[in-house]
Amino acid sequence: RDFNERCAQCSEVNWGLTDGGRYYCRSCHNVTERTREVVNTDFMTNSRVQTISKGSRKQEKDGIGCEWYVCEGFQLVLKKQAEALEALGVCPQMKDEVLYNFWRCYLQKSKQAYCNRPAGETVKALSVCESSTDVDSEPERPNFLHLLSLSESEGDLQTDCSLASSMSKVSESTSIYSGSVDGSLYLMKNRKEKLRMTMPMTLSFCYMALLWLREPITLSELLRFVVEGHIPYLNVFQHFPEKMKLCGLDLKIFCVESWPVYEEVYNKMLELAAFLDLPRFPDITDSCFLHPDMLCIKYLMEANLPDELHNWTCRVVKKIGIGEVDFLTLVPGNKSTRKVKYDILAAAVIVVVLKLLFLLDDHYEWSLSDFAEERNKNNKEVCLFYSGALYFEFKKWYKVVKHSLDVEQKKLDEERAKYLWRCEKPLFYSVKNKSKVLKRRQMVVNLQNQFGKLSGSVRRAEKPNPSSFQLSWSEENTDGSCFHGHSLKGILQEKCGLLTAMNPDYWLCTVKLCNEKLCGHLAHYREVDFPQSYHFVLRLFSFLLRIQPSYIHDEVCMIEHKLFNKKLYKKLKYNTVLRK
Amino acid sequence: SSHEHKLNFKKSKEACLSYLQDAMLQKQWKRAAEFLTFYVESLEKDYSREPVGPSEMIWRIGTEILCHHSRSNMKEFNCFMEQMKTLGVKRYLKVCLEHVFHLLCNGQIDEAYQNLSLAESWRFGEQTAIQDKEMKLIQAYRGLLDYYNWSKQKNILLEHGKCADGFADLSVEQEMHSCFRKAAVNLKEIIKIPGVWDLFVKCYVDMLEFYGDHNEACQVLNEYAYNSKFPANPNAHVYLYQFLKRQGESKKSLISALKILHDIVPSHELMIDFNTMLQKSKKRKKRRLGLEVIFAALDYAGWKENVKAWSCLARQVKQIVIAEKHLDWIKQEWSSRKDWWPAFHFSRYLAKRNWQENKSLSYEKALVAGILLGKDCKYFKYVSHQGCKAQVKKFRMLKKFVNRHNPVYLRISG
Repeated sequence: RDFNERCAQCSEVNWGLTDGGRYYCRSCHNVTERTREVVNTDFMTNSRVQTISKGSRKQEKDGIGCEWYVCEGFQLVLKKQAEALEALGVCPQMKDEVLYNFWRCYLQKSKQAYCNRPAGETVKALSVCESSTDVDSEPERPNFLHLLSLSESEGDLQTDCSLASSMSKVSESTSIYSGSVDGSLYLMKNRKEKLRMTMPMTLSFCYMALLWLREPITLSELLRFVVEGHIPYLNVFQHFPEKMKLCGLDLKIFCVESWPVYEEVYNKMLELAAFLDLPRFPDITDSCFLHPDMLCIKYLMEANLPDELHNWTCRVVKKIGIGEVDFLTLVPGNKSTRKVKYDILAAAVIVVVLKLLFLLDDHYEWSLSDFAEERNKNNKEVCLFYSGALYFEFKKWYKVVKHSLDVEQKKLDEERAKYLWRCEKPLFYSVKNKSKVLKRRQMVVNLQNQFGKLSGSVRRAEKPNPSSFQLSWSEENTDGSCFHGHSLKGILQEKCGLLTAMNPDYWLCTVKLCNEKLCGHLAHYREVDFPQSYHFVLRLFSFLLRIQPSYIHDEVCMIEHKLFNKKLYKKLKYNTVLRK
Repeated sequence: SSHEHKLNFKKSKEACLSYLQDAMLQKQWKRAAEFLTFYVESLEKDYSREPVGPSEMIWRIGTEILCHHSRSNMKEFNCFMEQMKTLGVKRYLKVCLEHVFHLLCNGQIDEAYQNLSLAESWRFGEQTAIQDKEMKLIQAYRGLLDYYNWSKQKNILLEHGKCADGFADLSVEQEMHSCFRKAAVNLKEIIKIPGVWDLFVKCYVDMLEFYGDHNEACQVLNEYAYNSKFPANPNAHVYLYQFLKRQGESKKSLISALKILHDIVPSHELMIDFNTMLQKSKKRKKRRLGLEVIFAALDYAGWKENVKAWSCLARQVKQIVIAEKHLDWIKQEWSSRKDWWPAFHFSRYLAKRNWQENKSLSYEKALVAGILLGKDCKYFKYVSHQGCKAQVKKFRMLKKFVNRHNPVYLRISG
């Protein structure tokens, strides 16, 4: 102890601390009025800041753990996620450079408003940041963070922090209780302040980095990998080191009980890109995976549609200019342009092409199909000779794909019902309910074992290997269930040297688009309002992308309005003229 | 935000539960067990706002699965129940009770007894008072098992009685008395509460009778039958009647014991005894009631082929006709039945069938038919003709009798 005065009563220097934090003489039990300056005895005091910057961290002997900040936790999460992505084949650049830089930039930008500091000290913080960029070579990144926040050794911040982490003095109201140093501050912050980090946001970070590197993973794929367990998300805190204890408010921050939704992750990504003041992202050119022409190939294959349809998707893309570099490339902060969701866009293009060629009004596509069926029957012998392609029959395709889709959907629904959310590392809100939580956990494990044995030989299937394709169709199958090579001959005709659809009609999903900013959607999709075939096609892509059909419907509306812009404009003008 | 489709813990468990319930409905126990393993982690989440929480679901569903699954056994079951007891203190006694029922159904009487004793000694603050009803039930069932033991001891004694083995008897006897004391206390308590306690009452009375405490037994049975707070229970009256009969009570008390039974369950099998007693009574009102009772019983399809019942009716009707007194009684009873009894009891088809299957039945019925419907009715004509053809003496007598008293029919039907 650093209290070296002699006792007033017995002149000994043998001090202890009462529960109230006062010094008392062990020899004569004289209690003084002197109290410890810093409230907690369990954690480091301010005076030890210097040792931290050297890279060592004082551990606690009684096993309570070390100090840690919430963003350290998130940093760990991001690290794990990046490693997983690397294991999936993403280039190592992502983890080592891109993601790390984004994260650092975020810390810098948000730290300014992260702590309650008077403006004067803000400058100090920044300068500390800059000088410590040389600390890159440090293996332990958490220390770098410590430098950022512990550089102010005085001020309310420190007492706030230490109060929050003080276990001995915890008031039983759990509002300030957390294992992390700043958990309570974190949650108490005014939400309007700069972009507070959340678990879904980690995925936004990942996606942003992937997009920057133009990696061939779409957001829907990323989210699917997360749900399938290939990328840590749920229960990722299991991988925190032992000494980083999670409890209390940390649970609210790190424990997720729902899967992130596409919209949520995407919108946060945009916010983040703007917040970090990022420049225009690297160009998405037509050789990029994310370019609609490329993605359409993938989705056409997965949807078991003829390769020939690709010509059409390219035509549509070209016509409405959504293949342009400037349209596709993300420019953060630019509020005027509608941001591109590459996967949904490509799927929507295919839907529009199907509507162009097959109309999808629950009548025309079936009669076209009958026609193709006739042709195929008659040409059977011819086909054998010329190995010419079969005419594409919508009906057959529908049957085959619907069957597979139903099977997979059923599997998926059951998987969702069988999802296990809890993990072996139990969490408890406070030390008080620790034993209760552990007992419950034990009971759950017992029951799982007991009934698991009665489930028969059904063992929980191992995680399936991550795959880019959820539905696959092979041309080698003799049952004719693969339609890739089929021809669109039966539904096309030549006019003035150009191939056009035989179908002369088209129906718009909606005549007028809604204001997305006001009602959140461009259009409002209700299954009953639209033809079954259209709904089926939406359902198919909705399953592949794991999003609600309405989002694809929105993009379809957008594309249609671009495509039929002139006609619509004319009609609108005509209507307004009439009214006058 | 409006992400209602967002998949979260709660929705995932709801879906799991629905798959689980489906599997149960289709008796797919393996599949149900599988889904239950995924459902149990709901215990780690707080559902205190829901009316039925996961702990109750798991208890009930788990019990069902363990009851029906081919690979489950009592050991598994007991282990499971012990865990369930720790899950919800508000349900503790209920779980104990149901566990005991299962043990009893599986013949594990001793284990059941142990569990009951254990449960009886449970105390948990204010829960003890809240779960008072369950506690009473537990005590009652323990009383029942005590009775069972008492009964065993008694049988041993009776067996030994035949062998005259003096010494062994003493300990058995003491054991028996101790069981009696234990049982009596609890059984007496439970039957104080308004309810249906047939088994408990029977057992208690059995013991009381053995020890010769007839007063107490009588009081208990009277309470059980006549206390208006208790739900109407035909068995209560039956027990009382049987007791009184055993005690050799007067016909008067026996008759009064069966009165309410007739009101509640006119088709009760004891109506025959009732009618028999009433017929023989000297009081006119009683005999009148007797006629009412037997007619009422035969309104029920279950009595159609009951020879005894028909013979009672036949006897009484015959007596009235011969005495030529109180024909109006028959008239009264018949007036509400004459529209439907002919088709119900006295069709030609039935005549044939009864004759073929049961000659005594057809005899009795023919007598009644002859009186009520006259000698020209289908039933009587057929049966008496057949009977006479077969040269059975009593049928000839029957024919004569009915012919002689035919005018009666005219008076009744008028």
